[in-house]
Amino acid sequence: MTDFAGLHLRLKDSVERFPDRVAVEEAEGGSVTYRELAALSDQFCNWLTAHGIGAGDRVGLYLPKSIDGVAAILGSLQCGAAYVPVDPLAPASRGAYILSDCAVRVVVVERAFAAALEAELKQLGASPELLVLDAPGGGAALRAALEEVGASREATTCVPVKPTDLAYLLYTSGSTGRPKGVMLTHGNALCFVDWCGDVFSPTELDRFSSHAPFHFDLSILDLFVPLCHGASVVLFGESLGKEPVRLAERIHARGITVWYSAPSILTMLVGQGQLDQYDWSALRMVLFAGEVFPVKHLRALKSLWPAPRYFNLYGPTETNVCTWYEVPYTIPAERTEPYPIGKVCGHYHGRIVDPEGREVSPDSEGELCISGPGVMQGYWNLDEQNRRVFLDVPDGACWYRTGDVVQPDADGNLRFLGRRDRMIKKRGYRVELGEIEAALYRQPDVKEAAVIAESTEEDVRVRAFLSTKSGQRISIIALKQFCIQQLPPYMIPDTFTFLDALPKTSTDKIDYQRLKELV
Amino acid sequence: MNEIEQKIKDYILNEFLPGEDPALLTDSVQLVRGGILDSIATLKLAGFLEEEFHIKLEAHEMSADHLNTIPQIVALVESKQKA
Repeated sequence: MTDFAGLHLRLKDSVERFPDRVAVEEAEGGSVTYRELAALSDQFCNWLTAHGIGAGDRVGLYLPKSIDGVAAILGSLQCGAAYVPVDPLAPASRGAYILSDCAVRVVVVERAFAAALEAELKQLGASPELLVLDAPGGGAALRAALEEVGASREATTCVPVKPTDLAYLLYTSGSTGRPKGVMLTHGNALCFVDWCGDVFSPTELDRFSSHAPFHFDLSILDLFVPLCHGASVVLFGESLGKEPVRLAERIHARGITVWYSAPSILTMLVGQGQLDQYDWSALRMVLFAGEVFPVKHLRALKSLWPAPRYFNLYGPTETNVCTWYEVPYTIPAERTEPYPIGKVCGHYHGRIVDPEGREVSPDSEGELCISGPGVMQGYWNLDEQNRRVFLDVPDGACWYRTGDVVQPDADGNLRFLGRRDRMIKKRGYRVELGEIEAALYRQPDVKEAAVIAESTEEDVRVRAFLSTKSGQRISIIALKQFCIQQLPPYMIPDTFTFLDALPKTSTDKIDYQRLKELV
Repeated sequence: MNEIEQKIKDYILNEFLPGEDPALLTDSVQLVRGGILDSIATLKLAGFLEEEFHIKLEAHEMSADHLNTIPQIVALVESKQKA
């Protein structure tokens, strides 16, 4: 496997070819060239190596989107380690759980979050080394921290990796109440990056948006596709996602040529971004993924951004994008049904199975299973779940059960029909309703908790039903305040309903169907 | 309680805290940092304020720094109406 060039070696190739082109920009801040990015990631790699971090280790990132964060990602890969990005806006207890679960040896953390994280890690008996950055942005904070600890500035020789070596661990919502770590390798990531190269034909002149946070799987396309092709990545920070007018202005000002995000951000831009104020001729491609895009909003977006090609990308974190569909140039006025998720990507095989795992007849609905070089290695330290998520078939291939129910249409494009379990998508994020219930059960007065999701074309509303030990209602304000200590903001229930006891089935399980009827 | 404050409280209770005892939505309740308004809810609230009170909010005003408590929101609306 000496010919295999890992993710970081592909980037080195861009550094050699385009040293003075801009590699990464912050939408509201600084930028670095490929040469500067390589120098910073080399210095971080040197610091890691000096601390004995290398192949088989993991490096935690507890940072907002920034050039500092990108350099830390690349430096981690360069020394042979895998990176573990954690949402700094989620409760520190959740972040600490993730970082201790996968036993990171080092965490790069912004100073504002460091004390809370360290206290939570200590409670869990974990004590990774922390590299604390003051206000990440532009790369200056990482550079200053590395200078302070005396990290060598020498150029590094990238550690060779195998396709099966772990590149990153992305934690997603877990049905048992704790997030679970999806293990993805250099080989997994590169087959996806190469597929994107074939389909989207990026060049060094492209300017890709990076809107998704590092812990969200959309960030893999955002970061590695442009950086492997000498293009520029423009990082759009979390706060911009809440300010559609400023976001639109920044997309225009930064000359984005390829935009990629969940549809909910695009819907927000259509409604409140004042997109008609600008010339959008630079924008050549709009990619969206993570949830269904209501046709009326997609149509409205196309009327404001008429020129680009539009692609609907589908895939769970466990496979990254595994089906794709190009939206026609004109959306018929009478169309109300969302566009399909399309056909299986060239580097994958798909099959549709019944609940017993048997392939269904052509044109029938069933669960989509995917095999190919992008399928994850499994979940970190979750052997039982690993046995369940792969199809038990004798063909020797590793078939990942997506849990998504699909059906081919007359053209062979797959239509997404729903889930076979209790996972939902909210604003592009995966949410296991069981994780919300587990958090509610941690509230001392909660006796029973059940959560359902109600989907409309506009949004998904999470509704919690509770009974209490005291028989008294709990203040909803207090419940939401409790939840924000336990869960990321997008997982906090929208409504709470109190019942004397939750309805049960004949086998004494919570009757979710009856709860849905109560809404 | 003035009319502006009442309208804002009614809107927040109806939209984001259905079923809550209105007396518990006090001046000190943190709306954004307390998990009551997420990013989408904050935008919805901003849209309501613009429409109901015929004001225009700047992008930076649609944030936790300006919309985190009822008194902050009332002050923001009143300052816009005077401007």
